[in-house]
Amino acid sequence: MFQSVLRSSLSLHRSAISSSLSSKPFRRFLSQESRVKIQAAISEYPVVVFMKGNPEQPMCGFSRGVVKILSAFDIPPEKFKTYDVLGDPELRSGIKEFSEWPTIPQLYVNGEFVGGSDITMSMFQNGELETLLEQHGVIPKASELPSQSS
Amino acid sequence: MPVTAEDLDRAIRAAFPVSHLEIEDQSSGCGSSYAILLVSEVFAGKNTLARHRLINQALKQEISQLHAFSQKSYTPTQYAEYLAKSG
Repeated sequence: MFQSVLRSSLSLHRSAISSSLSSKPFRRFLSQESRVKIQAAISEYPVVVFMKGNPEQPMCGFSRGVVKILSAFDIPPEKFKTYDVLGDPELRSGIKEFSEWPTIPQLYVNGEFVGGSDITMSMFQNGELETLLEQHGVIPKASELPSQSS
Repeated sequence: MPVTAEDLDRAIRAAFPVSHLEIEDQSSGCGSSYAILLVSEVFAGKNTLARHRLINQALKQEISQLHAFSQKSYTPTQYAEYLAKSG
């Protein structure tokens, strides 16, 4: 809680600085407006992916990998949202500043940055991703599913 | 100037104590896509996200010029276990 207050006051300060330099075509820091938009986007759905292209037509192998992994979990559509950064240059650079992570795709669960493609893949392989999705109520816990007959 | 494997090698060794490092150029020579495997004691006690952030920070300049960058990070102990398992 404290941290987010601190962060928003910091970014207000930053936006004051950047607006004083607004004659420059490139702003060094994420604008407050972009930050608010991204914060809203990652809070609106439990699982959010910023990617190149969309799940039907990913425009990069790493983005394809992340949506493919997520598709293995049968996440209900109302809990899953992707944003295509290719059509939105401000989002494309903004999301990197926001998470302080240099690459796309980026996976968020309940507003928390989880990782990019390598991390998502390794968490999938070692079972941590499933556990994370269960803990956040995105998918039912394996133990709560009707037991399979052997 | 495209980023070369030598550039990455130099930047990584300048930033971390390296016990093993592999740099794979996956771009068929156009210099924009690399995968690295770094074994370093600096990763001890850090989770994957924290490890990747360390590498991203150290290679900030280089990564910004790449199209793709993929990383694996192990501590020396983990790497020995990994080799034992896959061997």
